[in-house]
Amino acid sequence: MLVRVKIPVALLAYTENKPELRIQARTVDELLRNLDERFPGLSAFIMNENGELRRYVNIFVNEGDIRSGDGLITPLKEGDLVSIVPAVAGG
Amino acid sequence: MAKKRKSEVNVLLGTRKGAFILQSGVRRNVWRIKGPFLRGASVFHMSFDKRDRKTIYAAVNSGHFGPTVQMSRDFGRTWANAEKPPRFPENSGLNVENVWHIEPGRSDEPDVVYAGVDPAALFRSSDGGNSWELNENLNNHPTRSKWMPGAGGLCLHSIVLDPSHLKRMYVGISSVGVFKSEDAGKTWDLKNKNVRADFAPVKYPEFGQCVHKLVMDPKKPCSLYQQNHCGVYRSEDAAESWVEITEGLPSQFGFPLAIHPHDSDRFYVVPEEGDFFRATPNRQFAVYETQNAGRTWARRSKGLPARGSYLGCFREGMATDELDPAGVYVGTRMGHVFYSADEGKTWRLLTQWLPPIHSVSTATIT
Repeated sequence: MLVRVKIPVALLAYTENKPELRIQARTVDELLRNLDERFPGLSAFIMNENGELRRYVNIFVNEGDIRSGDGLITPLKEGDLVSIVPAVAGG
Repeated sequence: MAKKRKSEVNVLLGTRKGAFILQSGVRRNVWRIKGPFLRGASVFHMSFDKRDRKTIYAAVNSGHFGPTVQMSRDFGRTWANAEKPPRFPENSGLNVENVWHIEPGRSDEPDVVYAGVDPAALFRSSDGGNSWELNENLNNHPTRSKWMPGAGGLCLHSIVLDPSHLKRMYVGISSVGVFKSEDAGKTWDLKNKNVRADFAPVKYPEFGQCVHKLVMDPKKPCSLYQQNHCGVYRSEDAAESWVEITEGLPSQFGFPLAIHPHDSDRFYVVPEEGDFFRATPNRQFAVYETQNAGRTWARRSKGLPARGSYLGCFREGMATDELDPAGVYVGTRMGHVFYSADEGKTWRLLTQWLPPIHSVSTATIT
């Protein structure tokens, strides 16, 4: 499945400043691995070494937060928009 | 033919919001500020690699995106991210929270770099920082399950390589203490004899001491010094035993310790009032210098803020350059940099209003 991936500003330095990428993947987990193959080291900013999504990083498939669904094994279909979104904090 | 770089001093600042480089000629009277680099990242430490005289390593941490190591080979203009940053093995149950310290290896191992992280562990890179391997032997030390974190976390913040014994190295962990290896990291022994742990049920435990900074005298590698939660200490026998040298200082507490680049037995500390009031004592910011390995201390405050100042420094917050006379640089948690171009006798404000300064290190190009 070819999906679109939106990269947050803070990670643009690691994607050659490309804010949106097109990646082949069947699940979010596979997407992150494929992203890392293309941009080595990128997935370490998104997942920790135990394969868990970092606490303050959210991933949306279209409008759905994967934490509320199937997590990293969330399936992808052709044309999906995957957004990597850092949690908003303030105060 | 490559153009020779002019003689200069670079002061590398790791801050809560990125990195800065303060640059001056060897007279150190006019400074240029470059940066911020790595904008927005929490840079805990930066190290200049004296082996190739161009690489700067940065311990780069992010509350959102985790920790990594980055390298610049053009004094901050561009940065390369480690493709495989320090990480515990999968399913270890441990996650690297922050990278605290980067230490380039010895001169005979040009691509080796060490990193200390939280939770306390030592990593080694053999490819110039691009990929990292955990030191399993320290990680599996028999005392590991009893290690307790300090206020800053369970961090390995000091890495000391003995230039005279190529397999001897030390690490400092807060709040566990000092470890020594005589076989290049294959085995590790605790070395905390005579170091107090006032906050613990046992005052002189085998481990559990809160070392804040561990430094070696490069001219006399058997001499080590540590600023500890409970005093300043000297060892003259390669950490086999320690002697407290707090007497003459206004308090036992503090974080940074910087060694003089040329004179043995000479170093600097910045005492703070105590663990529940982490600001310099007597409402005056002052550096203290010893020229006799801590037997006596001299207060060095000429030019530093007068009474009514409540400043403080993080553990990597002070460094010396390699010029003669040596320069001394102190960065505060409130974003000031003070410097002395005459080995601590007089001080000037170099810059202020920076983000909180985590680390100060230098790159002297001559």
